[in-house]
Amino acid sequence: MLNIALPKGRLGEKVYELFEKAGYDCPSIKEKNRKLIFENKEKGISFFWVKPSDVSIYVERSAADIGVAGKDILLEYKPDVYELFDLGVGKCNMAVAAKKEFRDNGMRVLKVATKFTNIASDYYAGLGRDIDIIKLNGSIELAPILGLSDVIVDIVETGKTLKENNLEVKDIILPISARLIANKASFNFKREKIEKLISAIKGQVENSD
Amino acid sequence: MIDDSLMRFEEKVSYSLRSLYKKYGYLPYKMSKFEEYELYIRNKDFLVSDRVIAFNDTNGKLMALKPDVTLSIIKAGEDIKGVKQKVFYNENVYRVSESTHRFKEIMQTGLECIGDIDIYDIYEVITLAARSLAEISDDFYIEISNMDIVYFVISSVCDDKKFVSQVLKCISQKNAHDLKKICEEYSVEFGGYKKISSLISLYGEMGEVIEKIKEISDIPQTGDLITLSNLLCNTSLSERIKFDFSALNDINYYNGFVFRGFVKDVFCSVLSGGQYDNMMKKMNRKSSAVGFALYLDRIDDLNRQMPEFDVDYLLIYDNSTDVLKLSNKVNEITASGFTVSTQKSIPGKLRYKELIDLTKEG
Repeated sequence: MLNIALPKGRLGEKVYELFEKAGYDCPSIKEKNRKLIFENKEKGISFFWVKPSDVSIYVERSAADIGVAGKDILLEYKPDVYELFDLGVGKCNMAVAAKKEFRDNGMRVLKVATKFTNIASDYYAGLGRDIDIIKLNGSIELAPILGLSDVIVDIVETGKTLKENNLEVKDIILPISARLIANKASFNFKREKIEKLISAIKGQVENSD
Repeated sequence: MIDDSLMRFEEKVSYSLRSLYKKYGYLPYKMSKFEEYELYIRNKDFLVSDRVIAFNDTNGKLMALKPDVTLSIIKAGEDIKGVKQKVFYNENVYRVSESTHRFKEIMQTGLECIGDIDIYDIYEVITLAARSLAEISDDFYIEISNMDIVYFVISSVCDDKKFVSQVLKCISQKNAHDLKKICEEYSVEFGGYKKISSLISLYGEMGEVIEKIKEISDIPQTGDLITLSNLLCNTSLSERIKFDFSALNDINYYNGFVFRGFVKDVFCSVLSGGQYDNMMKKMNRKSSAVGFALYLDRIDDLNRQMPEFDVDYLLIYDNSTDVLKLSNKVNEITASGFTVSTQKSIPGKLRYKELIDLTKEG
């Protein structure tokens, strides 16, 4: 049985569609009930939904053999997993945003509010910029508005929320998309099954391009 | 006589490994728990975790509880032409746990072969690594890579230090999509990208991988790879040994063959090793070296069956019980090969097969 961890939410649903089209369907996943694990014994697969930020943990610890996680999560938590394929869905940017009128003149320590403390630290360390990190768990956009921080480092999809709050993207750190990841031990013990699945998914992604 | 059933799984494994290593002339290496702190600070990237428990000795010297064994073996050895130091160890080391982020005592077993190393020694060490895993489980794999081949291929395309380091990371993640982006950033031509990305698909049966390598380009180290493959194919464990060029280690310390081992039902690698001539040079040693470490704490997940009972008999007595009668009963039970716990009342969590209440017996 190949265990697959999918991220809860819109991205996970989109990714499941890819699996379904690639022949790895599991009809029970669409039933409305409180089940946590969905199996298709005939196809030898089982799916489960987990919090997007937890997918890499399930895969790293081999509770799931493979999973789908955003590049943001992989860069932030640095799990020891194989990153086998860019699914090309869930595209967005990890960006630095601030109030429109804000200019960083480099004269003082930059206050950065973010959920992604490692990504932000690595980015500014690369620039040699001295920063003060403020770890937040949600509503990041509020921080510069209320003067809690100078800038924020966060995922920007359409930029609509930023615009409505008089904020704008100042720099793009890197583009993000969903990646198919695999546990390194599972890759050894279930290599053929994993390779077959990846090849089917790749075919599906390439067809839709 | 040691009762096997009282030993934890990793203790049993550790005993069988000692006899395995001794068979091949590896001698036990015993060392102090402490080492000078400076040794680890100078070589912190070589360590699994760069944090160590430090303390001042009575003479004021800054010392550390050992987070690693290999560095101490390198430090204590000497280079004698034609001689190989073959040692194994079974030591507790002190590291920060990856899950709790607190210091943890970890039992580590490993062996080192230091001196005038040749391809036979590398083969012997890899075979012993495979046999070590076979002591843990029948279902295991060893993945072997070669740092020199990987470096040769990458640097033949672009030898920029940052480029090499980013590419090594992508290869270790089997990440072809980000590798492509990096190659584009460094204006590497498509042919160069194809050459490097082919390293990602270099995994599988040894013979199969050798054929793929021959297609990449004329790589000088291919001869060693073929010799090693021929030697390993001659062993009973050959089906369990693969080449996988994503199994990489820090290029600043490791060179040549590197390898890691997995056993079924353990989520991460339980064995890691390779040639570390670069580390030897950093520590002013002239010899070559190859070795591996087996992380016994990681096999804790295996063989977790709980015995049904803690003791066979629970013997209840009180202050009015004749002590001689109690003692005779205990002797009778233990002489029959059963286990017994004497208590004045029934402990809530103790699981026992049979209860004997001496307070109710006349």
